Parts: sequence; C-alpha cells; structure tokens
Amino acid sequence: MNTLPLLLVLLVLALFSFFLGRKRSLAVSKGNRGNYRAPNKLHSLPSYYGYSAMIYAVLPALIVLLLWSAISPVLIAKNVAASLPAEIHNAGATQVELTMNRVESMAHAGKIDPTADPIQQAAAQHYLSLAKNSQNIKTALVLLIALGGLYLGWKMISPQFRARNQVENVVKGLMILAASVAIVTTLGIILSVLFESIRFFQVVPVSEFLFGTHWSPQTAIRADQTGGSGSFGAVPLFAGTLLISVIALAIAVPLGLMAAIYLSEYAQPKVRAIAKPTLEILAGIPTVVYGFFAALTVAPFIRQLGEAIGLSVASESALAAGLVMGIMLIPFMSSLSDDVINAVPQSLRDGSYGMGATRSETIKQVIIPAALPGIVGAFLLAASRAIGETMVVVMAAGLSANLTANPLEAVTTVTVQIVTLLTGDQEFDSPKTLAAFALGLTLFVLTLILNIIALRIVRKYREQYD
Amino acid sequence: MNTVTLANDSMTFPSSGTTTTSSVNKTDVDIHSVVEELKRAKQAVGKPFLDNPKFKTRDVNVYYNQTKQAIFNASLDIGRNEVIAMIGPSGCGKSTYLRCLNRMNDTIPGTKVTGDLLLDGEDIYAKDQDPVLLRARVGMVFQKPNPFPKSIYDNVAYGPRLHGLAVNRSELDDIVEQSLTKAGLFNEVKDRLNSPGTGLSGGQQQRLCIARAIAVSPEVILMDEPTSALDPIATATIEELIDELRSSFTICIVTHSMQQAARISQRTAYFHLGYVVEVNDTNTVFTNPGHRLTENYITGRFG
Ligand SMILES: Nc1ncnc2c1ncn2[C@@H]1O[C@H](COP(=O)(O)OP(=O)(O)O)[C@@H](O)[C@H]1O
Ligand SMILES: [Mg+2]
Repeated sequence: MNTLPLLLVLLVLALFSFFLGRKRSLAVSKGNRGNYRAPNKLHSLPSYYGYSAMIYAVLPALIVLLLWSAISPVLIAKNVAASLPAEIHNAGATQVELTMNRVESMAHAGKIDPTADPIQQAAAQHYLSLAKNSQNIKTALVLLIALGGLYLGWKMISPQFRARNQVENVVKGLMILAASVAIVTTLGIILSVLFESIRFFQVVPVSEFLFGTHWSPQTAIRADQTGGSGSFGAVPLFAGTLLISVIALAIAVPLGLMAAIYLSEYAQPKVRAIAKPTLEILAGIPTVVYGFFAALTVAPFIRQLGEAIGLSVASESALAAGLVMGIMLIPFMSSLSDDVINAVPQSLRDGSYGMGATRSETIKQVIIPAALPGIVGAFLLAASRAIGETMVVVMAAGLSANLTANPLEAVTTVTVQIVTLLTGDQEFDSPKTLAAFALGLTLFVLTLILNIIALRIVRKYREQYD
Repeated sequence: MNTVTLANDSMTFPSSGTTTTSSVNKTDVDIHSVVEELKRAKQAVGKPFLDNPKFKTRDVNVYYNQTKQAIFNASLDIGRNEVIAMIGPSGCGKSTYLRCLNRMNDTIPGTKVTGDLLLDGEDIYAKDQDPVLLRARVGMVFQKPNPFPKSIYDNVAYGPRLHGLAVNRSELDDIVEQSLTKAGLFNEVKDRLNSPGTGLSGGQQQRLCIARAIAVSPEVILMDEPTSALDPIATATIEELIDELRSSFTICIVTHSMQQAARISQRTAYFHLGYVVEVNDTNTVFTNPGHRLTENYITGRFG
C-alpha cells in the first residue's frame, strides 16, 4: 500500500479504536458511572478510554510509518548506487551522482525509458523492486503495530486505569512537539546563516565588513574576467538603513500616536467606527504598492519640489522611501497604541478628571505614562519593520551604496542588498553571495538586540506600575 | 413625558425576589405603585433643606444616553462642614447624584442634567462655569483606589501642579507633606515618597487618593463608597479620617453600609429608584424614619 491509503486505514482504525475503547470502559465498569463509591467506578470519563485506545493503536504505527518513509528512500538509493558497475564508480563521484539522478527520476516516474542506457535501465529496475519490497514490508509492519497497539490499549482498560492522565500526557507531548518545530526551525536558520557567514568571513575580514566604508560587491566570476575588485564594507548599507528608518519612524511615530490618541480619547463613537477600520485598511496594502507609489509619485514630487527651491535631489532618494515607509507604518503604530491606550483603566481617567485636569492634561500626565510600556513596544515593533522593509526601498531609494546623511541622495539598505546579491547568476560560494548571509546575520543580531531592549523596557515599567 | 415607563425600563427593584417578608407592604414590591407614590410626593420627607447650605440642589433630573432617566426631581441641601451620607439600594442613583455635584457626569457622553445646583449660591451648571475649576473646588474619591502610575509624591503633587498652587519645590514639598499628614499616611510613607503609589496596600492607596484630593484644598470632598474595597481595619482608619476631615471640608459620602452611615455622618439622605425619599439627621433617620421605604431599607427588608 502507498503511504496515503495507509494513512487512511490508520484514520479508520483510529475511529474504530476510539469507539472500542469507550465501549469497553463502559463494559468493565458495568455501567457504574455516576456512583462515586462503586468499586468499579471508572477513573476517567469513558471518552478518555476511547482516546487512550486510539493513541495506543495509532501513535506508534504512525511514528514507524513516518520514520520508514523518511529513511527507506535513502537506504534504497545507497544500495542501488553501490550496485552500479565498477566502470561508473571509476569515472568519479559526479558520474555516479548523474547516473543516480537519471535512475531515480525513471523509478519515480514508474516507467523505464527503453531508449536509456542499459546500465541505467537495469539500475532503475533494481531500484523499483527494492522500493516495492520496502513498501510491502512497511505496510505489513505498520498494520501489525497498529493492531498490536490496539490490542494492548484495549487490554489495559480497567476501572483503575488512569486514562485521563495518559491522554493529557500525550497531549502535552504534542504541544511540546509543536513548540519545538518553531524553535528548531529558527535554530536551523540561525545556524545555516551563521555557517555561511563564517565562510564569508574567511574571505573577507570581519573588521573590513563591519567598519569598511565602501560597498561594491562586484567580483569577477571567472578568473579570465575583469570585474570589480569587490569591496565589502557594510557601513554605507547600515547607514542607509538607519537613515531611512529614522525618517520613517519620525513620521510614523508622532502621526500614529496622535491618531491613536484622537481615536481613543477624543473621537465620537461614530467617527471612531469609520476612522479606525479605514486606518487599518492602510495596513492591508501590499508593500509593493507602497513602493510603486513612492517611486512614481512621491520621488518625482520631492525632486520637483527640491528643484523649485534650488536643491539638487536624486531621482531616487532616501527621503521618498522614508516618507512612504512612514505612511505605511502609521496604521501599525496607531492601532497598537490605540489598543494599549484603551487598556488604561477608566478609573485613572476619572481620578484625573476628578482632580480638575483637562482632557489633554489627563492624556499627557496619566494616560501616556500608564500606556508607555505598550507604546514603547509598538515603537520597537515599528522600528523592526522599518529596518526589515525591502520593497519600498528597492523601488524608491535606489541601489547605490552612498555613505551619506543627506536624505535627498540615493542610498541603499541591508535588505535591498541581500536581494540584489542573491538574485542573478552567481556561484553559490562566491564572496558576493556569501556576503548576503553576513548581512542577514548582522541584521538578525541588530533586531534581536532591539527586541531584547524592548522587552527590558516593558518589563521595567510593568514592575513599577502594576 | 412618560416618566413612569421610563423608570420602569431603567430601574430594577432591588432583590425583589427576597422581599416577601410579611411586614413589607404588598404594594412596595410593585414598582408601578411605588413610583406613582414617589412621584406624587414632590419633596423628600424629613428636613431636606437648610439655612445657608454649602450645596443647594433643586429639581435635579439626570438622563443617561439622552433618554434614560436616573434621577427624578431631587431636591436637597448639603450643609457646611457636615458629613452627609447617601444610602439606598444599588442602582437607585446615589453615584449619579454625587457625580452631578462636581460635574463628573459631563465626562460620560450623552448625559444630561437639568435643575438647579448651587455651590455657595453659584450655579455650577451655568454656561460660564468651568467644570475643570469646579472639580478643584469639589474633589472626589472613588470606590476603587485609583492612584496614578506615579510615585507617591507625584500622586499628591498632581493637583497642585495642575493648578499652579506652589511656586517652588519647597512649597510643593510642604503641600505634599501636609496633605499626606491630614490623610494620616505621612508617617507610613515618609521614607518612600518616590516609590510608586500603586505599591501601597489597598487602604493606604485609598488614603493616598484622599491626600491627593485634599492637596488642592477643595471645599467639598465627594466619596463614592470609599471603603467598599477595603478590609475592616483599613475601613476603620478611613472612617476616623473622615471624621477629622469634617472640620475643614464638607463631605458627601455614598455608602452601602448603614452602620458606616450611622457612625460617621450627621445627616443622611435615602434614595430609592432615582428619587430622594427622605433626608434628615442621621440619628432621626436610623431611629425614627419618616418614610415607610426608608424603614424597610434600614431594617434590612430590602437587603
Ligand atoms: N454610564 C451610565 N450609562 C447608562 N446608565 C447608567 C450609567 N451609570 C449608571 N446608570 C444607570 O443609572 C442608574 C443609577 O445608577 P447609579 O447612580 O450608579 O446607582 P447607585 O450608585 O445608587 O448604585 C442605574 O439604573 C444605572 O444602571
Ligand atoms: Mg454607585
């Protein structure tokens, strides 16, 4: 049987064992369900016995099924590769790999191409027969384990059996599994980025990367090409990221905060009912649309404005990207702040009004301080988004790595460079490609630090004011 | 206007299920006839009016959400340097009436207040009256202690700073110390004036709120069930404090507890279904009530 039908069989078996377990629990307790003192009173509710039987039947079988499915193709491929004639092995590892690719694709397609190399045909045949054997053994094993498990689970059911605790333990295990998937994935990403970065730093010294002020990652692809010398000073990128983020936050934070204060403290319910969803629509616009808006509308406008007052403005400028990114972050900032401001208890407002404070005094001196941890959290989240934003910057700020604090010039950011480094034809282990990982790692460390600071601040205020 | 149906919609008779004691008049359980009777009465029994009162209120009506009426033709006076207790079943409008006296009801959208409310003869709902300044003259202490998320010092200094009562830091220090002393809290907190007010115990927090209220030297202090969230010992401390504060302030206190009203107040007003039923010396109200409904309430027949 294939894996999918096998899974279906297990599913049916699961249902069946649930009802079987439930039924048996009722039988062994002889219907003494409500009576607390009856000698054969069930420890748990009948459905727990059902779940427990189900777990015994399905869980081990499922684990074996998954493991087998994961491991057997590897073993089969190894076996087939080993059985290839000596002449192919003598031709080197690449030749073996090439042949195996063909063999596997024929085997997976299920039909052997009669025009192919006879050696490959034979190998594919061998592969198929091994796979068939494996499939049969797997089916038999899984079904056997499932039935055995069911029998065991069924046998175990007695009034004293603590089915509820068992089921809870399994559920807890599943939760832990779910949590570890996320953690393990994160760890995996970090490690892979770390290793690639280490490879990069073997070619380019860390100090040059962190403190160099010239970024031009063009290197020769082949030895006979003349290309750029390739310099990897990341300072202009981080400066560009910082410049654009500062512009964006300088717009998003005051506007978002004031919008939030207006919505939660001043707006009539009717206005609020319309304004809040409208503001949230802004958050649903894809960033590429913002980028478009920045490149086609805002950047030319800034350029014209600058020329009108005699300033030279690049057609792609940090200001345009920052402005649009700021607008993009307003709903983010405002809806998070609105939530925390609304969470400030009414009794504090009453207390302040009762002292003869006006609305704005109350907001400034009571509500904002009380909501500060949340507002700081919102700010830092917005900052993380600004730092990580790519699309708007690609379209509006350009690709040239200028080290400048002038918002009217074109700059580029870390994320934009990662994109440009990884798109296009490149050898995977050239410094140019590896540089992307180093940039990613640095960015990751920066956002991590930002988040840790955010948590610290939030916790500090919590301790003080709860 | 059809007041009767309005009252019916908005008021629920307190625990009508448990008032079947034989001595309660059958008609008291029927909200319709009680409301009819209260409406006919025009004026509270006892002595609602005084010479030269601090607060003079006449025919006060309060509506929530423009239509739902919570107070009906309330007329009574509040004397100088007296503690007046407002008692009555839950939902009878005690808090609503109290909140008229410093226009806190203005902060609830859709609230309408009609009638005359005079503080020292001055109409507090007049067009040119600034509710913000009024609230500095008529302070308020709430049911749940609500210190601001600031230090103890800053909590007390909040009002004086708002209203510019101190010209320099040492004056402010004096105000804070005096207010905390008056509230009976200074000795307990003098070493930690800079730690957060929210870190104090419930009773201390409530005294901090009282200190905060008296720091702006109000003329009247309104208290809405100030001890209902506190344990008996903290309650006793606050009751003693209220008795001391009477020499400097007029105090209106809403309370659940009839013993508390009897212990600390000189006059008592009994509210029922949004009407002021009886106002008199506390002694008289509790020993010789003039209205059947008051008697039912103080003898515990309404729970
Ligand atoms: N903010 C409000 N909006 C609408 N109705 C209210 C509001 N506050 C109080 N009420 C109503 O007004 C009536 C009187 O309430 P309240 O003054 O709080 O009573 P008490 O303090 O005597 O328990 C009740 O029926 C209550 O439901
Ligand atoms: Mg109340």
